[in-house]
Amino acid sequence: MTLLGLYNYWIYILLLVVGLYAVLVKSNYVKRMIGLGIFQSAVFLLFITMDKVEGGTGPIMRGIPDPDQLFSNPLPQVLILTAIVVGIAVTALGLALAIRIREEYGTIEESEIRRQDHES
Amino acid sequence: MTLSEQFPILVVILPMFVAPLLAMLASRGQLPWLIATATSALTFAIAITLTAEVLQSGTIEYILGDWPVPFGIGLTIGPLSAMMLMIISGASTVALVAGRESMNAEVGSVHQSLLYSCWLLALTGLLGIAATGDAFNIFVFMEISSLASYVMVANGPNRQALTASFKYLVTGTLGATFYLVGVGYLYMMTGTLNIADMAQRLGEVSDTLPIFIAAGFVMLGLALKAALFPMHAWMPNAYQFAPTPVAIFFAACSTKVALFVMLRFEYVLFLPNLGQQATFLSSLLIPLCVGGFLVGSAVAIFERDLKRMLGYSSVAQLAYIVLGISLASGAGVTAAMIHFFNHALIKAALFVAVAGMIIRFGSSSLDQLAGVGKRMPLTVLGFVLAGVSLIGVPLTAGFISKWYLIQAVLNEGGLGIVLTALILVSSLMAVVYIWKVVEVAYFKEPADGQEGTARQEAPLPLLVVLWVLVAANFWFGIDPSLPIGLATQEASSLMGGMQ
Repeated sequence: MTLLGLYNYWIYILLLVVGLYAVLVKSNYVKRMIGLGIFQSAVFLLFITMDKVEGGTGPIMRGIPDPDQLFSNPLPQVLILTAIVVGIAVTALGLALAIRIREEYGTIEESEIRRQDHES
Repeated sequence: MTLSEQFPILVVILPMFVAPLLAMLASRGQLPWLIATATSALTFAIAITLTAEVLQSGTIEYILGDWPVPFGIGLTIGPLSAMMLMIISGASTVALVAGRESMNAEVGSVHQSLLYSCWLLALTGLLGIAATGDAFNIFVFMEISSLASYVMVANGPNRQALTASFKYLVTGTLGATFYLVGVGYLYMMTGTLNIADMAQRLGEVSDTLPIFIAAGFVMLGLALKAALFPMHAWMPNAYQFAPTPVAIFFAACSTKVALFVMLRFEYVLFLPNLGQQATFLSSLLIPLCVGGFLVGSAVAIFERDLKRMLGYSSVAQLAYIVLGISLASGAGVTAAMIHFFNHALIKAALFVAVAGMIIRFGSSSLDQLAGVGKRMPLTVLGFVLAGVSLIGVPLTAGFISKWYLIQAVLNEGGLGIVLTALILVSSLMAVVYIWKVVEVAYFKEPADGQEGTARQEAPLPLLVVLWVLVAANFWFGIDPSLPIGLATQEASSLMGGMQ
């Protein structure tokens, strides 16, 4: 395996770190949710990459398959389908919370919210 | 085929089926509460039956949809799983029965049936984690319970509940995703998701780098979920601002479930298959645990809000459990499991008592609770007795935990003596923060403007639950055979796998 052959894995690590950075450093709640989304996508990419079998086609049965035919592993795809649904639910809930926070505080900047909490 | 054969799956899906019904019911009366409590009590009854069966005839294996493991998902209910099922469903029932009045006071009636619906979903998720034998399934159940938990926390009476919930959501999602990465690496190397199957196949790839990385990611994710020091910041916030019944429920069981998963992964998968894991585990986790129980107890001393104080006390108590896990010995893991059980009893009792004070005083701040001991003597006495158990005085459940933990720690030689001293220091700090409450409750005059010392006990159901829990604390302090039996049974099967 060459360095380039591991392209997907490099991207996975890059996305993981970028997402984590945004979640930890950004003060804006929507930006944090974006970071969380990127972070989760990184993991989706990891699973989708590992299921690829070299020379294999999509795991779809049509009639009786050729015994020499290789198929990619369908299981990680199914797992990630579930994980994507979970991700959407988390994003939706997080954004809903951000809306409620804006209604209550008039801002979604953490520094400003902290100042308001401190004063009250 | 009898109904009792289906108990392992029923205990998980019963609340799941009732939850959408509650959401559709949209009733404003007490009916949603009644249905949720009945469901929760039923799962508790099933969990007790399962525990009795496990004690009698060993681990129960259940196959979903008749797909043989490892192709299908299997449920594995061992002694520890049975104990967790009992703790979770018990905590939920206790919190629902004791928390009705608090819920009425803190959450608008429009939202209650939806909140109870979320409650049952969280219950399903937590029970599912305890029952399943599949690593990916754990992730799914973890997210079911977490998503429902975020909603419940956000429904707190104060607007800070929203930001507390947001922080909880971010931390929880990071934790679950890290866990998923770890499971990905394990799947890459073994091609299976069933934990028992994985344990067998890991033998061929033991001591490889991906397994080591998997261990790192899984542990990091679960440490975030379990609020292990120094990743605990979300927890006291969430406990303080959540509706009080929710705080009772979570304090007794939710972070423990992450520790349960951690324990299983370490002892079934990582420790037997990674030569250096025991050293890594103890050199990494023991300092964090010591930091956890010292800092947690110290911060608890200075907190003026009771719910927040108990949150930090939980940080310390959970550190004891992790300490037991990180010793990588049979005695250590037994101590950890016993404390699962006892800490649930202690924290549930403490939070129930605080819920009672909040109903009457509208606040959990110590500054407002002056003289509370004269106005609600039974509630405060319950709090103090549970606090005595928290400190670890003999004849209480807390003492059994500390006794086993210190015995396990002393097996470690010189380090053990230092650790024992530190555990004692942390226990002394627990004396200080419990005493702080005693002082405010009994020795301070009520603030001006309050109507004398008229007795105003907490509502009767809450008092009954509180005293049942306090009695349980003493019962399991005098006759601890149930938790010890389950823990030693589990420990012997776990340690058998390690040799």
